Amino acid sequence: MAVGQIVGFCKKHKQFTAFFILSLFIAAVAVCAPFIATHDPYEAVISNVEQPPDANHWFGTDKLGRDLFSRVIYGTRTSLASSMLLVFVTFFVGSSLGILAGYFGGLADSVIMRISDMMISFPGLVLAIAIAGILGSSLMNAVIAIVAVSWTKYARLARSMVLRIKNKDYMSAAVLTGSRTGYILRKYILKMTMPILIVTAATDMGSMMLELAALSFLGFGAQPPTPEWGQMLNEGRAYLQNSPWMMFFPGLAIFIVVAIFNLMGDSLRDILDTGND
Amino acid sequence: MTKRKTAGRLLQFIIVLFGISFLTFCLIYLAPGDPVKAMYAANGSVPSEEVLKAMREKMGLNDPFLMQYFNWLFNCLHGDFGTSYSLNKPVVTVLLQRLWPTLKLTLFSMILMLAVSVPFGVISAVKRNKAADYIIRVFSFAGISLPGFWLGVMLIYIVALKLKLLPVISNDTGIKKLILPAVTLAFSMAAKYTRQVRAAVLEELHKDYVVGARTRGIKESTVYWAHVFPNALLPLVTLAGLSLGSLLGGTAVVEVIFSYPGLGSLAVSAVAARDYPLIQGYVLWTALIYMSVNLAIDLLYGILDPRTKER
Repeated sequence: MAVGQIVGFCKKHKQFTAFFILSLFIAAVAVCAPFIATHDPYEAVISNVEQPPDANHWFGTDKLGRDLFSRVIYGTRTSLASSMLLVFVTFFVGSSLGILAGYFGGLADSVIMRISDMMISFPGLVLAIAIAGILGSSLMNAVIAIVAVSWTKYARLARSMVLRIKNKDYMSAAVLTGSRTGYILRKYILKMTMPILIVTAATDMGSMMLELAALSFLGFGAQPPTPEWGQMLNEGRAYLQNSPWMMFFPGLAIFIVVAIFNLMGDSLRDILDTGND
Repeated sequence: MTKRKTAGRLLQFIIVLFGISFLTFCLIYLAPGDPVKAMYAANGSVPSEEVLKAMREKMGLNDPFLMQYFNWLFNCLHGDFGTSYSLNKPVVTVLLQRLWPTLKLTLFSMILMLAVSVPFGVISAVKRNKAADYIIRVFSFAGISLPGFWLGVMLIYIVALKLKLLPVISNDTGIKKLILPAVTLAFSMAAKYTRQVRAAVLEELHKDYVVGARTRGIKESTVYWAHVFPNALLPLVTLAGLSLGSLLGGTAVVEVIFSYPGLGSLAVSAVAARDYPLIQGYVLWTALIYMSVNLAIDLLYGILDPRTKER
């Protein structure tokens, strides 16, 4: 039955299915990187420095003679894993704080929402640069920095949804029949708020990936020799004039992957919007 | 906006500003490493333990946390944001020097963004599901997914290195130097904003008064120009203010690519040098600019849309 349902859903939402399969394909590239890559992404061959793309090195080689194609393929791992971690942590922190603020109200609400007011008064990337810089440059710290500036969106969304649910009759009924707080949170609040929050997280994947790549590009994210697209662009910048392929391919990889995730997010939102009508 | 509402908004502005100054201070206070050592390290000297101790006492680093905060805030309010470790100049002087180029860049790309996205968004909405709409939507979609920093570098490669239309790096901050960074910065913002304009116009087109105007036989062009656009473009003023935040943040990346002497590239080098007072000043100033512009827009709203006054 379940398989039939999935097939039915896929037939009904062809667009989403297509983009979902594409994003699974990207994930597959990340998982199977060792089998797809033609060279070792860390192996520097000094005699092969800055080779233009040819049959052996499909995307050319970088300043240390490393195969760019293999580095771009391995870069999928770094970018995908770190962006997924970033989206998940942002989603988790933001949603929990938002639900907390909305459900319990009072002091928790005031404190959480005032902090969130202040956070949105900073231009996002400005604060992220400052935090990433102060914590020290590493991919993990870049993730922390972006979480610190983006959790407020989820907190506000979760809070507003909880406030709307809180006054429904079934909530009063649940409280009246003596349901424990944990039970109410699990069975009512989470069940009602999760779908929209998860869709928001899915649509954010692309832009989060871009922000992370931007920090890496500035040198505050992934550190060499990690193959990460933003970081590769940072390295390639000095060689733009003579070896433009060092800039071209990693950037193209970011563009394609972000575009697929954005398209998937958009079609997911379309499904949800028509579902509500 | 009524007087009371305006006062409330101003009060909120001041409270959030205090909060921001507190957060910024905490950020640096909690930063790992010893600021005194960092200060000496930035100058390349290794002082003895006694010198470090004396300096810590002199800088008030042994005071309780809140006292340090209020001392710092007191100085900030008097225009003293400390001295930059790496440049050995007052932070205010350095920031003021870099402020104008960044504002110029931001304003220029803002104008560029509006000039592109408002007409395109409107066309896209009016010609919904026709060829023009699809083309605009494809472009705006590509713009959202395109990494701005990559676009910038590719522009340098194509326009400046291959076609030699514009200089890659020039010393002045004239219009020629401004074009490529501004286009880079405006591109992804314009893409986002086009979508917002389209959505706003479409929403307005579905309202009852439009149907009413049409049934009364009012000319289609009058419906658009006199009814739909003024209403649809109003909320976009607020969104334009908010997009200023992304522009100000985006300048950091773009300024680094084009080695443009603005606040953003200053901040990036300040972070690299662990120049805490300068980072603090940068974060505080950008937040202040961003908040002030949005406050001004909020206050202007009453004039732009008299209906909000009555509420």
